[in-house]
Amino acid sequence: MKAQYGKDRAAKVAMYVVLIIMAFIMLVPFVWMILTALKTNQEAISVDPFYIFPQSGWHWENFVTVWESYNFVILYKNTLLMIFFRVLCACLTATMAGYAFGRLKFPGKNFLFSLVLIQMMIPSQIFIIPQYLMVNKLGWLGTTAGLVFPGAVTAFGTYLLKTGYEGLPKDLEEAAAVDGCNIGRRFLSIMMPLTRSSMISLGIFTALFAFKDLMWPMIICTDPKTTTLAAGLQKMQGQYGSDYPAMMAAAVLAIVPMVIIYLIFQKQFVEGIATSGGKL
Amino acid sequence: MREKRTRRKIDAAEKNEMLWGYAFVAPTIIGLIILNFYPVINTIWQSLCKTGDFGRGNTFVGIKNYQAVLTAGETWHSLWNTIKYALIEVPFGVAIALVLAVFLTKKLKGTSAFRTIFFLPMVCAPAAVAMVWKWLYNQQFGLLNNIFHTNIAWISDPKIAWISIAIIGVWSIIGYNMVLFISGLQEIPGDYYEAAEIDGASGIRQFFNITVPLLSPTTFFIVQTRVIGALTVFDLMFMVMDTTNVALQNVQSIVYLFYTYAFTNGNKGYGAALVMVLVVFIMLVTRIMQTAEKKLVYHA
Repeated sequence: MKAQYGKDRAAKVAMYVVLIIMAFIMLVPFVWMILTALKTNQEAISVDPFYIFPQSGWHWENFVTVWESYNFVILYKNTLLMIFFRVLCACLTATMAGYAFGRLKFPGKNFLFSLVLIQMMIPSQIFIIPQYLMVNKLGWLGTTAGLVFPGAVTAFGTYLLKTGYEGLPKDLEEAAAVDGCNIGRRFLSIMMPLTRSSMISLGIFTALFAFKDLMWPMIICTDPKTTTLAAGLQKMQGQYGSDYPAMMAAAVLAIVPMVIIYLIFQKQFVEGIATSGGKL
Repeated sequence: MREKRTRRKIDAAEKNEMLWGYAFVAPTIIGLIILNFYPVINTIWQSLCKTGDFGRGNTFVGIKNYQAVLTAGETWHSLWNTIKYALIEVPFGVAIALVLAVFLTKKLKGTSAFRTIFFLPMVCAPAAVAMVWKWLYNQQFGLLNNIFHTNIAWISDPKIAWISIAIIGVWSIIGYNMVLFISGLQEIPGDYYEAAEIDGASGIRQFFNITVPLLSPTTFFIVQTRVIGALTVFDLMFMVMDTTNVALQNVQSIVYLFYTYAFTNGNKGYGAALVMVLVVFIMLVTRIMQTAEKKLVYHA
């Protein structure tokens, strides 16, 4: 019994050691990013002696400089608008289609749903050139509409919500039907509120995907005034790549909002990703 | 006659439901047709055309773009780069995540803090992540060479640059895989482990005889999504590798090459042919994986 106890303890210690080492590896890039952002460029590129911490005080003004010279207000605004409308469009269209596919009977349903499944299997790169040409023709280059365009509907979200609606008990809706509620009312006031968790999953997934996307904003927003955080960083790197503290300050500014949202809504994030299991 | 009338009555309710159904799926289906299905056809058409200059129309050139794409050494090189990247990102990303997930479901103290940390890279834009790693990898001033007193050209030595990029990929994806593994692990009934405990099976034996087979559907799902994700990698390479980097040829992925041709050089026809090659390749890989699933996945 005592030997078993000792063995368990040893296993526990070993697990902690692995976890702590991994946590360290995961955190080092973040810590180094913040430390570099607070140094002067001289300190950042000093090799001998090599400084871990800023020597001449913490240069918070780096953030102010970056904020002003790269116009972060506009980058935040563009990114926020894109995320807002993408989440709105995705949730709205997916919840409607998901309800219809999950609970209504109509001819051609299986065929139409197979279109949804097929879309999920096609690599999205194949859509990009024609999507760009369409946005160009519509005159939406460099606009929020253009940024939202490819995410206006979502096959993945439709699939996710369909599964959500299918999982709801049948009698609820039947009772409402007996009471004379039409389908639209039943959907709005009874069924939709019950799929809240699927909707949150889809919302988080859509927001994260939009936030992380680099290629699309790079293609349609070539002007730094119209682009998003991710694509904006790419432009900054091209322009000021050797001013390391500035680069790191910009990177911090770009990720901080999402990190804060994540830390607050951790549970929803983790559950959202785990249940949706979508491809990011 | 009467029978027909009753049927018609049912039809009214059915018709109502049908109309609601069509109205509800219409935005999504129309959207999918405009945003996805038409583009597939359009890309195929573009791949058979030479892109006209300055708004001039496309001219049909048949399979010329495909000939050019398939005979270019660059295409095969970047395809190989992509496969090499996947061969590191997927196995390491999955294995490390699995170990962490198993540890984090062992009821240790502080698991939620660890989970938060491991998942953190998932909420960061890859563009920012790549910038930070580029700085860590910097040959002269970077943290890695300074800490280890080495002078390794992490991202400009053609022999190792692809590994350096893949390490960033692994680092970024561990948390995502881990979260999926944790939810898979939580579905395995605890009785299996209790029975094994009574039989005196060690933790490692329990892992291989209970966890691995029962988790295999989750594992397969993760591997499949990650393989496709890895084969379409773009952001990391694009952000870390400057166009002047000598190692670029040995690192650039097929999507990177596609971006360069279609959007940097504006040769949409060639880019479309490239993306078709990628799609065919991914379809092939998916097919192989689905065949493998039947053999490898344990269905209880």
